[in-house]
Amino acid sequence: MENTGNEPIKKVSIIVSKGSLEGIYPALIMANGARMEGIDASMFFTFFGMDAVIEKRMDYIKVATVGNPGLHMSTIVGMIPGMSAFATKMMKKEMEKLDIPPVREFITMIHDAGCEIYACKASVEMFHLAKKDFCKEVDDIISVGQFYEKSAGAQIIFT
Amino acid sequence: MSLKELQRDADGHLTNNKEWTEEIAKELAAEEGIDLLTERHWKVINLMRKEFLEKGDAPSIRKLTKESGVDTKELYALFPKGPAKKAAKIAGIPKPKGCV
Repeated sequence: MENTGNEPIKKVSIIVSKGSLEGIYPALIMANGARMEGIDASMFFTFFGMDAVIEKRMDYIKVATVGNPGLHMSTIVGMIPGMSAFATKMMKKEMEKLDIPPVREFITMIHDAGCEIYACKASVEMFHLAKKDFCKEVDDIISVGQFYEKSAGAQIIFT
Repeated sequence: MSLKELQRDADGHLTNNKEWTEEIAKELAAEEGIDLLTERHWKVINLMRKEFLEKGDAPSIRKLTKESGVDTKELYALFPKGPAKKAAKIAGIPKPKGCV
């Protein structure tokens, strides 16, 4: 797509590939923010990013306390049982103050705002999942080819 | 005062929210392609104004839906193409500063 540089963004396609809290939230905030601005949006969940829309997993998304240099916590501390749950609890408290909803509520809100939500076919097959394993907001399970078709004219964002 | 005489920012929001009246709101809505402000629109507009006057910023979409009783789908239907920004404009207040 040709973009002259100062053309307003009309459509975004956001790919979510990571299943940690810090991997999922930025994408949700960006998708919701796009709709708030009147920008068309669709989300494509792939690999562990699918946890955000898997019925049994979406309420248990956690911050990664190991291998996450942003937390400034040594690996050995991050390994302590309960550390990830603790960091997640702290972060959720801060998010609630900013009126950022829990994952499930956020997904419903984004979908109600008109954002389309898709899961990646290759990942679904790899993890032996089916449509019934996903929350009701997932519109479809689509291939990479279909994703590109649906993204015609969109800016693609990978998180 | 009619809308033409009032000062506005680059996005078309009133610079002085005290100049806002219900008549001005109707003119602003017409500019946004909303010809008729229903009781549901007013619920949202009044809540936006109240929150702004009390706290200095418009409410988030989540707060707006929870407190107005207008759900997300309806909100986007009432104010197509960017509800927070549009409702704020019609309510005579600046564009919301929050990200959600």
